Amino acid sequence: MESKLHVSSSPHFKGNNSTRRIMLDVIIALCPAAIAACVIFGLRSMVLIGVCVSTCVLLEYASRKIMKRDTTIGDLSAVVTGLLLALNLPVDINPLIAMFGCLIAIVVVKQMFGGIGMNFVNPALAARIVLLVSFPSAMMHWVTAAGAPAAAQIDATTSATPLAAAPGVYSYIDLLIGRCGGSIGEVCAVALILGGIYLVVRRVISPIIPCVYLATAALMSLIVGLDPLYQLLSGGLLLGAIFMATDYTTSPVTKWGKVIFAVGCGFFTILLRAYSNMPEGVSFSILLMNILVPHIERLTTPRTLGYVKKAKGEKK
Amino acid sequence: MAELSFPKRPYRTKGGVHAPHNKNTAHKESVMMPVPAIVALPMTQHIGAPCKPMVKVGDTVDVGQQIAGSDAFVSAPIHASVSGKVKKIDKITMPDGSKVEAVFIESDGEQRLSPDIKPPKVDSLSDLITAVRNSGLVGLGGAGFPTAVKLNIPSDKNVDTLIINVAECEPYITSDHREILENSWDVISGIITVKEFLNIHRVIIGIENNKPDAIKALREIADSSIDPEDEIRVLPIKATYPQGAEKILIKACTGREVPVGGLPSDAGCLVMNVGSIAFISRYLKTGIPLISRRLTVDGGCIENPVNVIVPIGTPIKEVIDFVGGYKEQPYKLIMGGPMMGISLPNDDLYVLKQNNAILALSEKEAKYNEPTACIRCGKCLDACPMRLQPLELANAANRGDIDALKAYNAMNCMECGCCSFTCPAKRHLVQNIRMGKALIQKAKRDEIAANKGGKK
Repeated sequence: MESKLHVSSSPHFKGNNSTRRIMLDVIIALCPAAIAACVIFGLRSMVLIGVCVSTCVLLEYASRKIMKRDTTIGDLSAVVTGLLLALNLPVDINPLIAMFGCLIAIVVVKQMFGGIGMNFVNPALAARIVLLVSFPSAMMHWVTAAGAPAAAQIDATTSATPLAAAPGVYSYIDLLIGRCGGSIGEVCAVALILGGIYLVVRRVISPIIPCVYLATAALMSLIVGLDPLYQLLSGGLLLGAIFMATDYTTSPVTKWGKVIFAVGCGFFTILLRAYSNMPEGVSFSILLMNILVPHIERLTTPRTLGYVKKAKGEKK
Repeated sequence: MAELSFPKRPYRTKGGVHAPHNKNTAHKESVMMPVPAIVALPMTQHIGAPCKPMVKVGDTVDVGQQIAGSDAFVSAPIHASVSGKVKKIDKITMPDGSKVEAVFIESDGEQRLSPDIKPPKVDSLSDLITAVRNSGLVGLGGAGFPTAVKLNIPSDKNVDTLIINVAECEPYITSDHREILENSWDVISGIITVKEFLNIHRVIIGIENNKPDAIKALREIADSSIDPEDEIRVLPIKATYPQGAEKILIKACTGREVPVGGLPSDAGCLVMNVGSIAFISRYLKTGIPLISRRLTVDGGCIENPVNVIVPIGTPIKEVIDFVGGYKEQPYKLIMGGPMMGISLPNDDLYVLKQNNAILALSEKEAKYNEPTACIRCGKCLDACPMRLQPLELANAANRGDIDALKAYNAMNCMECGCCSFTCPAKRHLVQNIRMGKALIQKAKRDEIAANKGGKK
């Protein structure tokens, strides 16, 4: 036999997981929300998604080239970022503003910190916040959704979001199927929940973060005197809890870390919604908790098998 | 102490991965390999001190004659597996790359049994330990720890449970499975011998539930009149990798945890491989030391996968030729299982005592991917049976941060490979952690050396 054997460290078997497969699953999970966006806001949302995704991929490719590093667009993470960012924007936003958001997400937040796995905050979320602060009026120009109740109408083309509207304007059904104003991806709760179930079933995400986030938000709503179900279904909470807070890179890897992280997200979301000047608090609360992740992980190192504080025999 | 009870179902263990079982050889009768023309017996076929040759070039040796030994406590003597002439004593390269002295014996084909061979007289525990030591037995499951040392339990440890390891969680390997089906009585009589001498009243046979025929065979004997006090029970455990790892098996069978840095005896357990226990019973009957063993020859590139009983020291190439040779050029040749085995640089090596399988894997089976960036998905944490944080350990090892390695309990890693198996970014986690463990050990040695230097 010629000496052509490959020698490497064990294990010699590898599972079928891959980064690309995981990202593809996230894209699949976002499809219901994207389709719902097209139904509710028309084909303009498709154009917006297309602009964001292609800009993100292009920027990722270009920045890796400029930095003389391997191209990483094959792992599809830039597509996920672009898609998430698009779903977080109002439908009639100027495409140039959207492209600026992509620049912030991919170049500033992701690649400047070392690319995939190295960013300390969620790129899409950070971009959304930069846009919100830089272009507040464009970012809060909510086009009336198909079938939205007339009472929510502000003028001929726009209407209030569920969080800004007077109580009773939107019914739970309106919120569930997306007959309300808001970012293109956040309005249809059913589509988001479907995507979340897909991710949990495919074991891409653990249900800890979304469930604890939503439970904490519901509890907090009760405490501050808001309608819990209305709070959960409105605004970006579902999109944030299912797709943003569960971002691998910027959430804790330990089980109890995930719990603490999600509790923090839920707590700050409702706190901001109830007491701050802004109608929405999801982005800021997740961003804040993102920054705390390294500390949370250090506090929640799991107990290794056989570790006992006082090594004295067996526990009875 | 409370009466020991037998668990109805295994205790919960965390982590692990579902590696493909690929137990292609489980239903094939083992075949006996004819005597090879030459065997090579390296002086290190166990954990512990290497042996020194007791024969010279040109000596005539008989089957079962001791050819090498050591006075060290942790060691195991080596016996000739063929009769013939000592051709040379030379250094050979071991699977792990180290150079070790080996005795080459050219077979005369007679297989003349040594006149010294007779069943040992065993009346007490110390007799048993001496007999096991003389038999050259090491743990046949793969680690190769001398069994006599294992049986020699320190008096301050209270060992109340004997666990027989038949998990055989590595893909492909079926040598323990075949041992049970072909020699189930040896297994049970070996268990009875060990439990009587060690005065243990609870024996749990931990066996993965993917071997229903072996479970049935063992239960039939264990429930018969041979075990009147009903002290031997078969416990089927779930078939996930790595259920056969000592610490995990102890947890699954008794719910106890071996303390960090401790031994199974610290948790009151003695864990023995089924092949080792069956060998003890055969040795006490015949007195023939460890000169042959059963190993699985399998993999996508093997023409006719089967379990083979081979004399120890047989060239691996001959074993593969005996089962029909290669179907195609193998991509990887592995000694042991695909999860923890060592990949060999060529087939010019020899069967060792603790060698339970030879696998010739195709490129499709042993796929290799370049590692990409960690996305912090945390799947390695979920897979780690020791509940460590492989990603943190690997990062710490890569930056050479010994304090961080210690803080994350690097030494508690048993290198099962679940983290590397499950990693979507295909990172070489276990390889990095192994490197980190070596760093800790080096730092410890340096510290000891520095202290000694200071005293002088």
